Amino acid sequence: MEQTHGHTSQDHNNTSHDGGHSFDTKAIWRTFWILLIITCIELVVGMFIAPRFPHNTKIWFNILYIIFTAAKAFYIIAEFMHLRHEIKNLIMTIAVPALLFIWFIGAFLWDGDSFKNLRNKLDPYKTETHKAKPTQPIHGEEPLK
Amino acid sequence: MAEAVSANQKWWAGGRSPFNVEYGKLMMWYFLMSDAFTFGAFLISYGSIRFATNAWPDPNHVFSSFPFMGHAQLPLVFVSLMTFILIMSSVTMVLAVGAGHAKDRAGVVKWMFWTIVGGIAFLACQAWEWTHLYHQGAWWGKNPFPNYDGTEATTNFSNFFFTITGFHGFHVFSGVIINIIMLIMALNGTFDRRGHYLMIEKTGLYWHFVDLVWVFVFTCFYLF
Repeated sequence: MEQTHGHTSQDHNNTSHDGGHSFDTKAIWRTFWILLIITCIELVVGMFIAPRFPHNTKIWFNILYIIFTAAKAFYIIAEFMHLRHEIKNLIMTIAVPALLFIWFIGAFLWDGDSFKNLRNKLDPYKTETHKAKPTQPIHGEEPLK
Repeated sequence: MAEAVSANQKWWAGGRSPFNVEYGKLMMWYFLMSDAFTFGAFLISYGSIRFATNAWPDPNHVFSSFPFMGHAQLPLVFVSLMTFILIMSSVTMVLAVGAGHAKDRAGVVKWMFWTIVGGIAFLACQAWEWTHLYHQGAWWGKNPFPNYDGTEATTNFSNFFFTITGFHGFHVFSGVIINIIMLIMALNGTFDRRGHYLMIEKTGLYWHFVDLVWVFVFTCFYLF
């Protein structure tokens, strides 16, 4: 994050706009392997591990997925989009507005949860219709028991 | 080239870009910020509705098909193939940008070609998945999948799924079109005449953004 990368060129009016930073193919492939491995872990957890646990433990798996997703997003933005190698001014003009998402996600999910709780409490009819079983089997699948 | 900059470089003193990038590239970053907020609004409304609902369909049940294998009970395998295709095309895009740095026209053409192939492959996978879900009876306003606990689900699941993956697919589609234009420009030698391949970098930013959005769509729809 510091401003003084040794390769940040002072004269940037030429064509090399990220300041003569030499292109590092090795870092790209390393990023690729990191992304691939994280995705594979996510899939193994999602396919084989999470279904063995009761549904009320899903929140812990979701937190795990959020951590993995954030890690992947960081690597894509930092390495593929090259933001890590830009100067601090550019990093901040992107990163600071993106922090709004933290508030945005927190506020809206909280609101949704509150709406659900209020409706379950104040509108029991809604809860009863929710218990109705579907009658038609899905095309191409076994009918539901 | 690699001159060290003193720590107290005055970026805001005028006479140069305080962001040390070309105007078009900076504007691409700002466009991507605005696009991120559009996708963010979509995904957050999905999350908010999902939190306001008592139960939701199980993705392991909904997305368990694979082409030519029917309902092979292979949850998430097809979507992981799609994810792999998109990550791979992101890598070829970076390699195209790298070839552009080196002013290597043949390299740019080669890697742009593979990026386009990856994008088209992803779109083909998505077309298959949509067709399959449509034949199962899922569409806007129609949801045949029950909740994880066997109760009847609302149509919100299909509405959000088709809207958000459709909006993302539209981004992939426009990215493929832009990549094709860049490939034609590279073949015509436009960038060689300009003396730089900055357009490839800006296209690359857009393409990586599409990959980035998919990372979030993947988590929100297929894992949660």
